[in-house]
Amino acid sequence: MNAFAPNRLLFEGADWDFDTIRRIHDAVEELSRRSLGLDVFPNQIEIITAEQMLDAYASTGMPLFYKHWSFGKHFAQHETVYRKGLMGLAYEIVINSDPCISYIMEENSATMQTLVIAHAAFGHNHFFKNNYLFKQWTDPSGILDYLAFAKSYVAACEERWGHAAVERVLDAGHALQSQGVHRYPRKSVPDLLSEERRERDRQAHAERMYNDLWRTLPSRPAGGDARRRREERRRALLGLPQENLLYFLEKTAPRLAPWQREILRIVRNVAQYFYPQMQTKVMNEGCATFVHYQLMTGLHREGRISDGSFLEFLTSHTNVVRQPMYDDPSYNGINPYALGYAMMEDIARIATTPTDEDRAWFPDLAGNGDPIGTLRDVWANYRDESFIAQFLSPNLIRKWRFFHVRDDADEPVLRVERIHDERGYRALRRSLARQYDIAWLAPDIQVVDVDLDDTRRLVLRHRVLDGILLQPDDARRVLQHIADLWGYEVVLEEVSADTGATLKEHRTTARAGMFF
Amino acid sequence: MHIVDRRLNPGGKSLPNRQRFLRRAKETVQRAVRETSKGREIRDLDQSGEITIPIDGIREPSFRRASSGGRRDHLLPGNRDHVEGDLIARPDGGAGGGGGGGQAGDGGGGEDGFRFVLTREEFLDIFLDDLELPDLAKRKLAVTEVQGIRRAGYTTTGSPANLALGQTMKIALARRIALNRPTTADVAAFDERIAAAEAVGESGRAEELRAERDALETRRRRIPYIDPLDLRFRRYEPFPRPVAQAVMFCLMDVSGSMTEHKKDVAKRFFMLLHVFLTRRYKHVDVVFIRHTDRAAEVDEDTFFHSPETGGTLVSSALAEMKRVVEERYDPADWNIYAAQASDGDNMSSDAERTAVLLRDHVLPACQYFAYLEVGDPPGSQFGFIGQGPTSLWRTYEALGLAGARFDMRRVSRQEEIYAVFRQLFQRRDAVGERVGA
Repeated sequence: MNAFAPNRLLFEGADWDFDTIRRIHDAVEELSRRSLGLDVFPNQIEIITAEQMLDAYASTGMPLFYKHWSFGKHFAQHETVYRKGLMGLAYEIVINSDPCISYIMEENSATMQTLVIAHAAFGHNHFFKNNYLFKQWTDPSGILDYLAFAKSYVAACEERWGHAAVERVLDAGHALQSQGVHRYPRKSVPDLLSEERRERDRQAHAERMYNDLWRTLPSRPAGGDARRRREERRRALLGLPQENLLYFLEKTAPRLAPWQREILRIVRNVAQYFYPQMQTKVMNEGCATFVHYQLMTGLHREGRISDGSFLEFLTSHTNVVRQPMYDDPSYNGINPYALGYAMMEDIARIATTPTDEDRAWFPDLAGNGDPIGTLRDVWANYRDESFIAQFLSPNLIRKWRFFHVRDDADEPVLRVERIHDERGYRALRRSLARQYDIAWLAPDIQVVDVDLDDTRRLVLRHRVLDGILLQPDDARRVLQHIADLWGYEVVLEEVSADTGATLKEHRTTARAGMFF
Repeated sequence: MHIVDRRLNPGGKSLPNRQRFLRRAKETVQRAVRETSKGREIRDLDQSGEITIPIDGIREPSFRRASSGGRRDHLLPGNRDHVEGDLIARPDGGAGGGGGGGQAGDGGGGEDGFRFVLTREEFLDIFLDDLELPDLAKRKLAVTEVQGIRRAGYTTTGSPANLALGQTMKIALARRIALNRPTTADVAAFDERIAAAEAVGESGRAEELRAERDALETRRRRIPYIDPLDLRFRRYEPFPRPVAQAVMFCLMDVSGSMTEHKKDVAKRFFMLLHVFLTRRYKHVDVVFIRHTDRAAEVDEDTFFHSPETGGTLVSSALAEMKRVVEERYDPADWNIYAAQASDGDNMSSDAERTAVLLRDHVLPACQYFAYLEVGDPPGSQFGFIGQGPTSLWRTYEALGLAGARFDMRRVSRQEEIYAVFRQLFQRRDAVGERVGA
């Protein structure tokens, strides 16, 4: 069965050194290209200690970051938990950069290092490099430089303006982080040249379409209409409505100092950088898990790792893809590793040995005979929400025994809406997909208006879906941050998306001396 | 592909963040440290410790949906027996069957504590900060020991002055034996045999012997008597030399009039004294003596927490201290400190005896004796206000000793403790000089 000599083993036992790591990396790289056709950034593998891993944890996994108390808080907490042995550490952290940096811990055995390299340095790396969201929104070759800039900029500000002043801006920025991303590429601001071209086109169009009859139409009544148009013009000038609160404040808050705007910008840019990762958790982990499973079995088949170390790998692998059922005490939501991996496997199955049902559901995909090519295409062109909406198969729904429970606060009991049967498949798939739609999960809050004539009051609106209001304590705190940045009164209206009725209103004014 | 070994990077990367965090949470941490230190023994005050602070002060808010109300959808795996349209009773709390919508406890607000461990230094810093320790005094407290130099084995490099001759010769000898270096006697023996051979005219034999002798001689030259490799130098290293040992006597009146508040103030004073002494001395003993009309040495718990009633004879405590000093703490070997806490109430007949004991027996043995008169918190009916000096205060005042070795202060509020402590101990250096002279 084994075509190669037995001494092709990459390593024996659990010990490793740099040569072993290099050998593992090269073997994995060769195999990943040959069997999966992966396309990755060059790898940089960094070996770190447990304390450094805690560090990296605390600062969102980035190797260098500006300083802020919340990172210290997370470090202190993780450390306490870790020291007590209540929590294991992640085996790896991988950074979307070029070269792609993977951290591996010195405590890992050689088998674990192989697994981590296959998972992070090839699985995640391929995903970072090829997925459209990452391509569109992130700049892997620039991120480390940008973080270095951010770090020194914040440090310089602390030196010049004092820790407390900088901390206030960062606190406010962090509070608005999840409202600090652009979800869509924005309309680019027209420059003079293109304005001129557009004007010419308009002229040409008007000439072509000229018809003397238009002249005879009665003109619109003036008055309220003009006022409405003025208002609309004002909103357009301010770029309203605007869902990126951080961007809006950075650009238009009247009294912020330039350095304060720059710090908000840094927070916003970092949040934006992580936005694709939040949208692709299931896919990213699924991709990495599928890749490591393929590569590890490949290495074992070719006699590069021993049976013992393959068993060690299988133990970790099964732990990673474990999904407790909802009535299990350890149930803590859907495990993205498990769901992603199961779906990737399922796609590969449909591509090779489809059932009639699969043929009906996935006519393009079923039996195409190219599972790996199909998966590469999936990895490149979807995010969690569209991925689930497109590829969650009835087979998998049955296997996981999914069901949908509706919890209406007005009703005394919960109601099972759909289960894993013929009638339920599409509905279940749709609602699961929606649970991964970040735009649906984060509350929809927009800046809708500014009272420019009088009080400079800023008006925000929360479109309340399904009657779920904002958590009031937190909303009040965040609103205070916004008011401080804005410098004047801020109103947050919570408006029902169904009826348009105002359900709740929060008001705050700026505290004196917070920012200016 | 690069492999980078980051393990040797300087650690403590998170330290600045940690400092920011502690600064941020300063008030709540201070409160927690105060609470924790109340329950601690005096000796354990400067240990590291786990601190729990309410999460509220260090909350990072964000806009998020409330965890209750409205209509929610839960997509759960693992359906066994539900069919479409089933009605399920709402599980208690937020968790359980409906837990898909968010982590349990999400919306509960800030009841949960945030736990982490403070290092010894951090704990002490905050504890002292709480007492508004001025920087000047803090620097003084931070001085731990004198640096000394001591022998620490041998090293292969060093200055000629430190050459360890004996050790060098020992190693040279071992090397010579190991390498089988011919001795002078060996060579001389050959010379004799050559001479003998020549004497009997066996010139061929003599030639052979001479060659062997030459080989021996070469070998002897190749293996030197002392090689640079043999050299050993005495090594010295700095080490912290403990200044000395100290004993601290805590004397307290525990008669009925000493309320919990007074004991608490006294405890804080003793704690501070203990921190102060442990920073100066390698080894500090603590002796707790409590008294009513009789005095006894007790353990800390009894000292602070067991109630007593009875008359008050301050002299009994001083006599007990005198006894303990004579038995266990020879003033020649020990730096003796004593702090007495009392509400100042003493039998007038005892005044004379107290004064004599203090002046003639206790003070000469002591480096320093501090008398702390504790009162009820201001505003209560027994405050100092409107009250003249107490009998004990008058007794001590009459001695006219206030100064180098003895001092007395009144305190009624916890916040004053540090200031009073500093007043009492600010002349430390002067005392040291006088004693040393």
